[in-house]
Amino acid sequence: MQPLDEVFEEEDGSFELPTNPMRLNMGPSHPAMHGTIRMVLDLDGETIENVDVQPGYLHRGFEKSCERGTWQQVFPYTDRLNYVSPMLNNIGFSLAVEKLLDIEVPERCQYYRVILGELSRITDHFTCNGATAMELGAFTPFLWLLKVREMVWGVLERESGARMTHSFGRIGGMAHPPTAGFKDWVMALIPEIERVLIETEALLARNRIFLDRMDGVGVLSQERALELGASGIVLRSTGIEYDVRKDHPYMVYDRFDFEVPVGCDGDNWDRFTLRQEEIRQSVRIIKQAIEQMPDEGPINVDDPRIILPEKNEVYNTIEATISHFKLVMEGVKPPKGAVYSFTEGGNGELGFYIISDGSGTPYRVRVRPPCWFNLQSSREMMIGDLMADIIPTFGSINMIGGECDR
Amino acid sequence: MSAKVVSKLKSQFGDRILDTTNFRGDETVTVALKDWVEVATFLKEDDACDMSMFVDLTAVDWPERETEGEPRFDLMLFLRSYTKKHRIAVRTKVKDQEKAPTLTSIWAGATWPEREVWDMFGIFFKGHRDMRRILLYEEFEGHPLRKDYPIDKAQPLIEYRDVEGTRKLPPFGIEEGQPFARVNWEERLAGRDQQVSPSIGAQVGQQRTLSDSRVAAAELAEVQAAVDAEPPPEAPQE
Repeated sequence: MQPLDEVFEEEDGSFELPTNPMRLNMGPSHPAMHGTIRMVLDLDGETIENVDVQPGYLHRGFEKSCERGTWQQVFPYTDRLNYVSPMLNNIGFSLAVEKLLDIEVPERCQYYRVILGELSRITDHFTCNGATAMELGAFTPFLWLLKVREMVWGVLERESGARMTHSFGRIGGMAHPPTAGFKDWVMALIPEIERVLIETEALLARNRIFLDRMDGVGVLSQERALELGASGIVLRSTGIEYDVRKDHPYMVYDRFDFEVPVGCDGDNWDRFTLRQEEIRQSVRIIKQAIEQMPDEGPINVDDPRIILPEKNEVYNTIEATISHFKLVMEGVKPPKGAVYSFTEGGNGELGFYIISDGSGTPYRVRVRPPCWFNLQSSREMMIGDLMADIIPTFGSINMIGGECDR
Repeated sequence: MSAKVVSKLKSQFGDRILDTTNFRGDETVTVALKDWVEVATFLKEDDACDMSMFVDLTAVDWPERETEGEPRFDLMLFLRSYTKKHRIAVRTKVKDQEKAPTLTSIWAGATWPEREVWDMFGIFFKGHRDMRRILLYEEFEGHPLRKDYPIDKAQPLIEYRDVEGTRKLPPFGIEEGQPFARVNWEERLAGRDQQVSPSIGAQVGQQRTLSDSRVAAAELAEVQAAVDAEPPPEAPQE
């Protein structure tokens, strides 16, 4: 910025007019900001000099609400964290409480959770890639990806009864055992998923407009990504190989043969292709899990202090009635203590730091939302780019308002 | 998750590591607030620790500790090493109204979590460049994740700034008839209520609930006494 009374004339006789940065308000009522993020931009022409990202428009007091009821009553709230892949949040929270209780669910349930979780991850990546393409004007891939996403959600609906907000996880198991046709339905999905992946790439990967806006835009460096706490796709796009499923295997992930794809530039194009590749890896995991999953066996842990008794028994025996009453009214009572449990969510490391004071009510439930840190690092991606580049950059970090603002 | 880091910290800082715990495989070390930045810097820069990944920073409120003369808040820092793949949690205790030093100069990722801790718990960070509220708005009164903040508290509505004399009214009253939370922290901190839920409270003989038969009986006796004390109406004279 130069003061106006300065001499404009350069030494070579050319003129350079002094400029002031323009402050522009973008969002929260902007279609690409998902209605939940406000950005205050300082623009020099079309170049972004500085940006202030302001979250909080979807804050509903998740952590405070969790301190209100029982441990089981947290599950519906976790559905509404990352509402594109609620099953992953359900599983993440179940694992956290199970770690506090020091129990492990039966093997069949672990495979069941892996398959449902990977299906959720596929829907998450489909939504993100489709929405990114749509925000850049390509409507066809969006509809095609969402068509398959609906098929995946159809399977999840048949299993859990709800399309999106499943509330299907339970402490020490799942709400229901797998239905009879579960494996067949999942296997029938896989060719559809693989086909639409190829179709999407045929539509977008050699599209000049799409490439121009994705390739080399929104670059994040390795060191900054680590420092800023980014995880998931955003971190892996910079070339850092960190996937909780691989580095700290939980459930039965150490039994599967899969790869962790990494990018090299940390730009939007890397994030787009990594999502495509991760869907392929998820399909690989699902195929192996379907093969290894036992058809018979218990789903829930055998512990009346944790799992509700069978309805048949509740109505016919007094012991089960009392057990049911105590579990509903008082809740599961984990021992005193605090644990940090983390899983690979749709966007990265989804952590739960939970504290129990020995009663049936959570003392503190802190969720470490991957979106929060990915959005924090988006500031670095945007500075120096053009204003129009905000749309693909913001789209490719897959900010989910429910998880970010909680 | 890594005993090596803990032993390394112990050999480096000695008595200044106040406490170490291992619960379900999670290693946590406790340090004093004055050593907070020094320990964090060491964890980042020491080659054996190499905690390059910032994972999380949060706080926990323990209001009952304050009556025992202990600092009220716990600040928790979670770190991971990318190269060594180990993790550690660091805890420090912060008094109410006490300012904590910022970690933003060590990990830039602490910027938003520290703002969130300020927003939710009211712990101010010295040296942080941008201590604004982050999830809530500037006019919000109080810090909601403190235990003594009632979950059903209504916030004053902010007047429209451009229309004179306009007030927005809340859609419902403050009292909704039914207690919203299982723990009534106001009562609990005043020492009147130790229970966790009404049903459990009645079993352990808690001092006061709405449906407590002793209270009801006492109230009934009072009413009866008042009725008894009143002289009977005189019979109308004919």
